[in-house]
Amino acid sequence: MSSKVKDIISLGVIKDNPVFRQILGICSSLAVTNMMLNSLAMGLGLIFVTSLSSLTVSALRKYTPGHIRMMVQVLIISAYVIIVDIVLKAYFPALSSALEPYVGLIITNCIIMGRCEVYAQKNPPLASFLDGIANGLGYSLVLLTIAFARELLGFGSVFGINVLGPNWVRWVIMIMPPGAFFVLGLLIWATNLYLPANGAGKASSAGGGR
Amino acid sequence: MEVSPFIVFVASIFTSNMILSNFLGMCSFIAVSKEKSTAWGLGQAVTFVLTGTSVINYLVYHYVLVPYGLVYLRYIVFILLIAAFVQLVEMVIERYFPVLHLHLGIFLPLITVNCAVFGVSLFTVIRQYNLFQATAFGFGSGIGWTLAIVALAGIRQKIKNAPLPKGLEGAGITLIITGIMALAFIGFSGIIHVQ
Repeated sequence: MSSKVKDIISLGVIKDNPVFRQILGICSSLAVTNMMLNSLAMGLGLIFVTSLSSLTVSALRKYTPGHIRMMVQVLIISAYVIIVDIVLKAYFPALSSALEPYVGLIITNCIIMGRCEVYAQKNPPLASFLDGIANGLGYSLVLLTIAFARELLGFGSVFGINVLGPNWVRWVIMIMPPGAFFVLGLLIWATNLYLPANGAGKASSAGGGR
Repeated sequence: MEVSPFIVFVASIFTSNMILSNFLGMCSFIAVSKEKSTAWGLGQAVTFVLTGTSVINYLVYHYVLVPYGLVYLRYIVFILLIAAFVQLVEMVIERYFPVLHLHLGIFLPLITVNCAVFGVSLFTVIRQYNLFQATAFGFGSGIGWTLAIVALAGIRQKIKNAPLPKGLEGAGITLIITGIMALAFIGFSGIIHVQ
């Protein structure tokens, strides 16, 4: 059992990383990555929604008629996203207004639908739950990597704490949209080069260079 | 918000383009931009659905959800309305415009999960647009999205046979091209600024 757990985790986080390998869910992964704090919040929200909706979909899989399963999945996902939205609004109003539309857009994040459809529909609840967490983690890892590069070069800071000193010339382009495209493009390039898809890449460190 | 619908329209095409400045609709943007003709077909379908759903969602939000205090249900309601609208459009087109259906048919189901459609409905609520602004915003965003995907498909067709560094083919180079396009679109940002 424990080896199976390890398999699920390493597959979701590294080998089949949803963003790098399957190019899913990049809408939101680009929009919130100008600050590390926003990315962390988004990542946590996504882990919550993916894991719990996978769990629910999997628990209901025997009772869901095949032809309306997409609709059921969307409804389950939306319910969890509403929870995230309300909690953020109540306890972290500043964060909530910074992320505003992108919290709602978790619903259309293809990663969640993808996991529900591909994995949760065929596997028992506990494994689906873990699979959701693993994919959410893989996604968050990518978000934080991109945000690290963008915030460091764009603001000279990490998590809002200045690390490059007051004389750092800010790369304004990094916090604007093009910076996001460039960083993600380069990261995907690095992943393709250094972490070959079929090679049994041992669970090494983070995905992607720098 | 006293911004004329025309300004909202122009802004949503150029200065706050859905893809290039809000990153919405990226999934299909990357996946369906290999051929100019398919990109154009998808663009038309998205524009149509965007315009329709932004109006419908506006009406439902302001005349059903707000009066009954159900604003927190907006995500579920929006996504259901979008799915229903897409389904309806598909049936109507299949029945009355078979040629158009042959052309756009395969793209319509894809649009339900297109983040741009959902995002536009959320933005109209957040930015407190009125009905005319919402319509202009939906239509303009669709045109902006089409413009971006057709331009990208054109570039990708040109470089199809070009030798690329190993590992950069596919998504990598597409994102970098998109970055350069976004850079070019920043040039428009001085014209108008609408938030």
